Amino acid sequence: MEEKEITNLTDEHQEYVINMGPQHPSTHGVLRLKVSLKGEIVKSIEPHIGYIHSGIEKMCESITYPQIIHLTDRMDYISAHINNEAVCLNVEKALEIDIPDRIKVIRTIMSELTRIQSHQLWWACFGMDLGGLTCFFYGLRDREKILDIFEETCGGRMIVSYNCPGGLMYDIHPNFQKRVKDFIKYFRKILPEYDQLLTGNVIFHERSKGIGTLTKEDAISFGVTGPTGRASGFSCDVRKHEPYSAYDRVQFKEILFDEGDTFHRYLARIDEMWESMKIIEQLIDNIPEGPFAVKMKPIIKLPEGEYYQRVETARGELGVFVISDGNKNPYRVKFRSPNFSNLSVLNHIAKGFKIADLVAIGGSLDLIIPDIDR
Amino acid sequence: MDKIQLESFLKTIASGVEIKEGKQYLEVTVPSSSLHQLAKSLKEKEESKFDFLFCLTGVDYGTELGVIYHLRSTSYDHTVVLKTRTADRENPILDSVCDIWETAEFHEREVFDLLGIKFKNHPDLRRLFLDNSWGFPLRKDYVDDINIVTK
Amino acid sequence: MLPEIVALNTSPTLSVPWWKVVYDFSALTDWIDKSLHNSMSPFWTTITEMLIIGVLILLFYALVGLFLVYAERKVCAFMQNRLGPNRVGPFGIFQTIADLFKLLFKELIPIKNADGFLFNLAPFIVIIASFMAIAAIPFAKGLHAIDLNIGVLYVMAVSAMGVIGVLLAGWSSNNKYSLIGAMRSGAQIVSYELSVGLSLITIVILAGSMQLSVIVEAQRDGWFLFKGHISAFIAFIIFLISSTAETNRGPFDLAEAESELTAGYHTEYSGIKFAFFFLAEYINMFIVASIAATVFLGGWMPFHVGSWEGFNHIMDFIPPFVWYIGKTFFVIFLMMWFKWTFPRLRIDQLLTLEWKYLLPINLFNVLIMAFLVLMGWHF
Repeated sequence: MEEKEITNLTDEHQEYVINMGPQHPSTHGVLRLKVSLKGEIVKSIEPHIGYIHSGIEKMCESITYPQIIHLTDRMDYISAHINNEAVCLNVEKALEIDIPDRIKVIRTIMSELTRIQSHQLWWACFGMDLGGLTCFFYGLRDREKILDIFEETCGGRMIVSYNCPGGLMYDIHPNFQKRVKDFIKYFRKILPEYDQLLTGNVIFHERSKGIGTLTKEDAISFGVTGPTGRASGFSCDVRKHEPYSAYDRVQFKEILFDEGDTFHRYLARIDEMWESMKIIEQLIDNIPEGPFAVKMKPIIKLPEGEYYQRVETARGELGVFVISDGNKNPYRVKFRSPNFSNLSVLNHIAKGFKIADLVAIGGSLDLIIPDIDR
Repeated sequence: MDKIQLESFLKTIASGVEIKEGKQYLEVTVPSSSLHQLAKSLKEKEESKFDFLFCLTGVDYGTELGVIYHLRSTSYDHTVVLKTRTADRENPILDSVCDIWETAEFHEREVFDLLGIKFKNHPDLRRLFLDNSWGFPLRKDYVDDINIVTK
Repeated sequence: MLPEIVALNTSPTLSVPWWKVVYDFSALTDWIDKSLHNSMSPFWTTITEMLIIGVLILLFYALVGLFLVYAERKVCAFMQNRLGPNRVGPFGIFQTIADLFKLLFKELIPIKNADGFLFNLAPFIVIIASFMAIAAIPFAKGLHAIDLNIGVLYVMAVSAMGVIGVLLAGWSSNNKYSLIGAMRSGAQIVSYELSVGLSLITIVILAGSMQLSVIVEAQRDGWFLFKGHISAFIAFIIFLISSTAETNRGPFDLAEAESELTAGYHTEYSGIKFAFFFLAEYINMFIVASIAATVFLGGWMPFHVGSWEGFNHIMDFIPPFVWYIGKTFFVIFLMMWFKWTFPRLRIDQLLTLEWKYLLPINLFNVLIMAFLVLMGWHF
């Protein structure tokens, strides 16, 4: 017994295990990473999740389709609107309802605003993860403007629940177009400030270039989507590959990089904000007239079958898979959440780097924990 | 490849599969014994190249338990759905596809956690969200009088 | 005995202008010393003087600490488009005092399995080290507690002692994050002490003395930053970088890297013990800033240009204490500016910066300075 203890102590492969989380400033939620260290170097990372597992998939089996929408808000709460849209599109597809153009355009504008505010929040937190605390306030300052627009039109700021099967809950606010245009004008001026503060910084370059490189093959194999996957050259933008809502009528570029390191994941998101602004500008002046919702039956029953709808959230591909047995409740609902797959790659890319790099890589993956746990 | 080409291609590489044209995607029902082999050839064959497993769902069909794999090829942009079932509810065992698509490692852990389906050759099959004392909540016969309100 | 000074002022025999006499604190300190000697034995005089100085420095320490915390919040708010504290008192100036009371009343949480003695000792070591360093700093002419002939060496040696407290804190609190933080801090301070020392030595070569009062006097006809031109300028930049690193401030705040190690070495401390670490950080910042001000920017010496008598006279009107505080706060502002705009470095980059860049540049710079002094190519 004693002998064994001594060998353990002298073993040079002995690991220094620290628990990052569930309460830790840079895990952005109740994610627990069991990190084995050797000195400062990370030997392996084991994510322990489930701290806020709320059983959304189980709950969905006993509630109706319009009710599911309000649960999806709580998954990826930063891109809540896009989650809602996924469920709505799935229901509409199953019922084969034609959605008027007005709804499609408004949904697209709202989705892109959601994407911008999500990336702003990510930028703010990423800067903070790297120790640049000022970024946080710059990011939140600008995000507030979008949340105000949401508040005016949807009533909610973050968890909007603006979609419903067959359209929208209510029409847009009369000020909506003007405020969105003002915001785009403002943000086009302010976005270069983000670059001045962080993108051009030498320390930031040193901290992020060549850190946590993810190859294209690994990105595909691990199912890493969104800006994280696209920074590795994996063309996975659902808006391009399977256009939904009004994405087939707008011009935009899919941001692709080949390097796949932390720096390019950063650039991918910054560039995506520019593209989102482009999309909004193309649509905001051309919102067609028409109803804001299609008349639906009071109780929505999906015909028997399996339905899969993909959308592009700010973090990657969200899939809503519904198996219906013809009832008003779904038989089985599965949410293919982007963060769940993105988390699985963390051990693979952060191994061998330092703790500080782990924080940077974790920040660049942009994880939202409730979306992982569901 | 479109659905028809894909269907004929599938018939050439696999036997004993049931191919159905679903509303969206081609749905292939595979016996659990030949799942791993079919999955491997779907990924490796130059014509299909299904390299992206974008969704892995465990389903309780009442009498049987099943797993649904949504596959896409990033080079050809075509999609196929693989389905497999097992009738053993006490000790359901399926083949793991971790060695083919690495994303399956987490997804299979999730399925194991919520439905209790075990995966053979999975490198690290532990519960993911819940602790070991829980039942398998996504099974239809799961009863939790305290936490679940059923109408 | 005060009238003596007044008498000095009006005395026509002295060519020194009156303001120089008023701003010279040595007359005041001499008078206190003399009057104490008149009433007690030399032993008790020394004891009393020590007590007075101790109390004064303690008071100064607390005031500077509180003010710097407030200043940092305001500066940081300014950088971040915020207002900063604005509720307690006018412009929120009493915010830090309110916070001090909060920290005083907070519970001191005992840590299970921590090394109790070292755990409690660590904050005191940190605070004593900064306390000792403040003694040698000349605030104005004649206004310093002790004028050592090795002043520069003393300040460096004493302020480096703080790292012992940091290491003890990290080791004894039985927390893995704390230990990593402490080890980082150890590596960091040991490395950057070299750069601080060498950049000061560059100026010591120019001044020819280590005594801080002599160094300040030598800048009567121009600050060393300008007198030593290129070489002194390089030394100043290096001093700024490495002293920021030595005080564990951003972008070199690896020891308490919030996003990586939660709070580093002081994770487990609460209440007033945490406040000690917090205060010591600000006082250390004040000390390195005042060393920078004293050695490079002339300390309390007004801005003088060679032989421009008229200009120099006008500059003399501004009290030396104001000069000193102004310069110190300018350096402190620079350090705050760094902290609130730069992301944090990684530990290997931090050490690379020191050993591969700053140290060779510094050694070379010392050579250049020696050469300049030898050839008389300085102003």
